[in-house]
Amino acid sequence: MTSSASLSEQVLVMMRRSIFQTLRQPALIIPPILFPLILVAINVGGLDAATNLPGFPADSYLDFAIAIPFMQGALFASINAGTSLARDVETGFLRRLALTPMQRAALLVGNLGGVMTVALFSSLIYLAAGFIAGLSVKAGVAGVLIIVLLGLLIALGFAAIGAFVGLRSGSGEAVQSLFPVFFVFLFLSSVNLPRDLIEQDWFRTVATYNPVSYLVEGVRSLIIFGWDGQALALGFGFALALTAVGISLAVHALRTRLVRT
Amino acid sequence: MTERQNGIEVQGLVREFKKGPRAVDGIELVVAPGEIYGFLGPNGAGKSTTVLMLTTLLPPTAGTALVGGHDILREGPAVRASIGAALQEAALDPLLTGRDHMRVQTTLQGLARAERRARGDELLERVGLADAADRKVGGYSGGMKRRLDLALALVHRPRILFLDEPTTGLDPASRSDMWQEVARLAREDGVTVFLTTQYLEEADFLADHIGIIDHGKIVAAGTPESLKAEIGRPTLEVVPADRDRRDAVAEVLTRFGPPVAAPPDTAAVRLDHGTEDLSAVVRALDAEDIALETFQLHAPTLDDVFLARTGRKLEEQGEERAAEAPAEAVA
Repeated sequence: MTSSASLSEQVLVMMRRSIFQTLRQPALIIPPILFPLILVAINVGGLDAATNLPGFPADSYLDFAIAIPFMQGALFASINAGTSLARDVETGFLRRLALTPMQRAALLVGNLGGVMTVALFSSLIYLAAGFIAGLSVKAGVAGVLIIVLLGLLIALGFAAIGAFVGLRSGSGEAVQSLFPVFFVFLFLSSVNLPRDLIEQDWFRTVATYNPVSYLVEGVRSLIIFGWDGQALALGFGFALALTAVGISLAVHALRTRLVRT
Repeated sequence: MTERQNGIEVQGLVREFKKGPRAVDGIELVVAPGEIYGFLGPNGAGKSTTVLMLTTLLPPTAGTALVGGHDILREGPAVRASIGAALQEAALDPLLTGRDHMRVQTTLQGLARAERRARGDELLERVGLADAADRKVGGYSGGMKRRLDLALALVHRPRILFLDEPTTGLDPASRSDMWQEVARLAREDGVTVFLTTQYLEEADFLADHIGIIDHGKIVAAGTPESLKAEIGRPTLEVVPADRDRRDAVAEVLTRFGPPVAAPPDTAAVRLDHGTEDLSAVVRALDAEDIALETFQLHAPTLDDVFLARTGRKLEEQGEERAAEAPAEAVA
């Protein structure tokens, strides 16, 4: 005898599936952890002299740069979420799910929940590696928790955008093509230098209008300034806006893709 | 339970796609409870589009259907609760194991928590995948994927099963295994099976009733025996020892019935008087001093039925129509 599974049961089984999918593809778990850390190590080694610039806000370039892995991890989260859903479209697995009493929300929440679990794991590794290398967080233990929270919210926003593209296009290649686009946004932000130290006017202007700058600065503020209300408000505000837009688009795409009478 | 609750009734079902022909053009059919209905036709004929509509995954442009006594348009959830479906491609996640698939399916189908593992194991055992249950599906053969697909469709004990070309691409042994399982489901478990296929022998072997679809319309329907009986007369194929005398053979044969399509170097007719004509044909060929290489009598087949209704042979249609069909129509 069957009855409807509760939404929480449906979400959990889809989340478990998402985590298994990631764990069974080393290419989806090793690069998101390793590459950002390697990039930070290179930057710290090569750009440490930047801390001597008048007005540079940190004594250690590591403290300044540790926000970068969180952003790159978010980009990988978007690729993981998007390729997984695109594969469900490509293989017809989505139709199998459509034939069950599964609620649409379970697919999206389960997918994003699984991706967030991996993102949480990655965040803890970034921080652990940072602390081993001498990272200090001005905002203390509570600040570390807020860094993780903001990092996850940013990852959720990007993952939702990835989910939208995956569902809309049904193509893993289309999702992969997001990566260079996101990377351009990342490098045209204040990720490598504070905005007021960027000499080129056009670059500084682009970085000022680029929402990614405020996501980076939100994370960074807790590390090098302590509790900066404005930076946190802008960071959380843009992260929430990105998440709201991404989830709205993904829900709409899922509704279109998962048609049943 | 009334008979209607296990059957399928389709009335005037139509599906049009943008920039495409009518993939399904006003079909009518009835599938009785517990029978296997073979929906036979070439690629792009409208079989899969029909299945998508009957399984509630594609709204029809017009017409209606009752599946398990429920309207496909107004009672989608009730339809889905009463059916299982294995669609055209085995819809599996290559990164999950067979057992993972069972866990997802038993949970989403709402089986009681205590029953999930046992039901999954039972079905994996039944389709011969118990030993491969913990392997990733990406490494399964085509036959194994099809069997897992079938097992997943049975998780919630559906009364009606839709199988969309379940043996396409399978080797003969896997095909035979699938036929046995489908037949067992209908005969022993009383499951109503709606099976689409482009294989004549599959429909002939499995189906109690057959609908032949072409260009979105049902061109013939009935039991395999009744359809073949409509054709009635057998076909005679003759290959002369001297291939240059093929036309002379054809001229002789046309005295005994209308010519039918035949391979190169072969002349063929549908005999007006069946096997009674055979000795007369042999005498007539002998009188013309024609030596023979092959002299074969064929009982009517479903391909003859298709040929009689459409003017084309079914087995030649597959590849041609696959290229013509709109993507959605064969989705």
